[in-house]
Amino acid sequence: MNSHEHIEDDLPLYAMGNLGQSDRQRVEDHLAECSECRRELLQLRGDLALVGLSAMGPAPQVRARQRLLTAISQEPRATTQPKAARWWTLVPSALAFALLIASFVLWQQNDAMRQNLAVLHTQIDRNRADAERARQILSVMTAPDAVRVTLVAANTRPQPQGKVIYSARSGSLVFLANNFASVPPGKAYELWLLPSNGGSPIPAGTFNPDAGGNASVLMPPLPKDTVAKAFAITVEPESGSTTPTMPILLSGGA
Amino acid sequence: MKRIFLASTQPEHGLPDAVVISRICSGDESAMAVLYDRYSRVVYSVALRVLADTGAAEDVLQDVFVQLWRNPAAFDAARGGLMAWLAVITRHRAIDHLRKQRPHEDFSETIIATDATTVSDAERDQALQKVRTIMARMPDDQRSALEMAFFDGLTHTEIAGKTNQPLGTVKTRIRSGLLTLRKAFAA
Repeated sequence: MNSHEHIEDDLPLYAMGNLGQSDRQRVEDHLAECSECRRELLQLRGDLALVGLSAMGPAPQVRARQRLLTAISQEPRATTQPKAARWWTLVPSALAFALLIASFVLWQQNDAMRQNLAVLHTQIDRNRADAERARQILSVMTAPDAVRVTLVAANTRPQPQGKVIYSARSGSLVFLANNFASVPPGKAYELWLLPSNGGSPIPAGTFNPDAGGNASVLMPPLPKDTVAKAFAITVEPESGSTTPTMPILLSGGA
Repeated sequence: MKRIFLASTQPEHGLPDAVVISRICSGDESAMAVLYDRYSRVVYSVALRVLADTGAAEDVLQDVFVQLWRNPAAFDAARGGLMAWLAVITRHRAIDHLRKQRPHEDFSETIIATDATTVSDAERDQALQKVRTIMARMPDDQRSALEMAFFDGLTHTEIAGKTNQPLGTVKTRIRSGLLTLRKAFAA
């Protein structure tokens, strides 16, 4: 009686939990030996889900939503750890489905990749928005027609002024200069980072002011995690120096 | 066409199920609200179809979502779609309720293999509409036997007694109905 054909017709009832104990045992005995029926059982469970989805009823009352949200707010926070499984109940299912899982690997991967792709698209959109914002800021700072105006007290002669924005953690630096006099041919201003640990000054980029006395240094190569004590500016050969040449023209503590 | 799910202008309502589940895993109650808005009608419809009692169906609805909150990792996106998984979980819970049994099945033990994996509200609506159309066009004897087994939790003997049909005929009709549904849904 345990022939394949007999069992096939019992599988849907088994999947629904509608068989009596003896019939259930008979099906499970057969499943233990028949990979084709194990595969079919997995498929039948998917078919049964579709039957469930055919149920068409009204939406639950609005109060049910609040009831749920109130209930979960009083529950311990969910965790990512799966609930401890009763291992002895997992043994037969693990054995029964081990081979079936392999058969569905491609299908599973496709679905998982689809979900992951959607997540990645969300992240890409967010990164793209961030990058666009950064690009807009940089484009303003570096635009040839950008006007840089330093406001000082009335009747005060404009003085050379530099502003450094520096992040030690990422080694990122932005420097903006105003009211700088031009330097002789073959020379350039050079910005220096003076480390707080007393180490040698680190070159942080050279610059030549434009006709308006303005200049900028954006994201020069700097080591990460170097805490700055101060910044300073000297005049150096146009190609830059590895150590500052005195005198220091401007400086500021970090 | 009347929309089955609540439409929303909030961006998080467009997030894939796997993302919402991961937020629930980290204890995000608002993610639970998103999932409820997305699937409460499906869950409630299944529970109400089984129990034919709004109060009991609401209890099962509550139970299914609270269980998901307690153990979101029970759902494995790699194994199938959340909507299909919830439909089966809800049916089992409702049948247990009907039989006045303690819930016998751990959520994490339910494995679903189905193509009914959806990402957007529109896809979900489309899948539901397709299933309902297929069921409506199924031969009456197949659909009736299938629904008595699935929604009423009747054994083949009980169905045979109600329909005055041989046991073998009942079993064959149930299986034939499922194969019809599988083939038509995949088409």
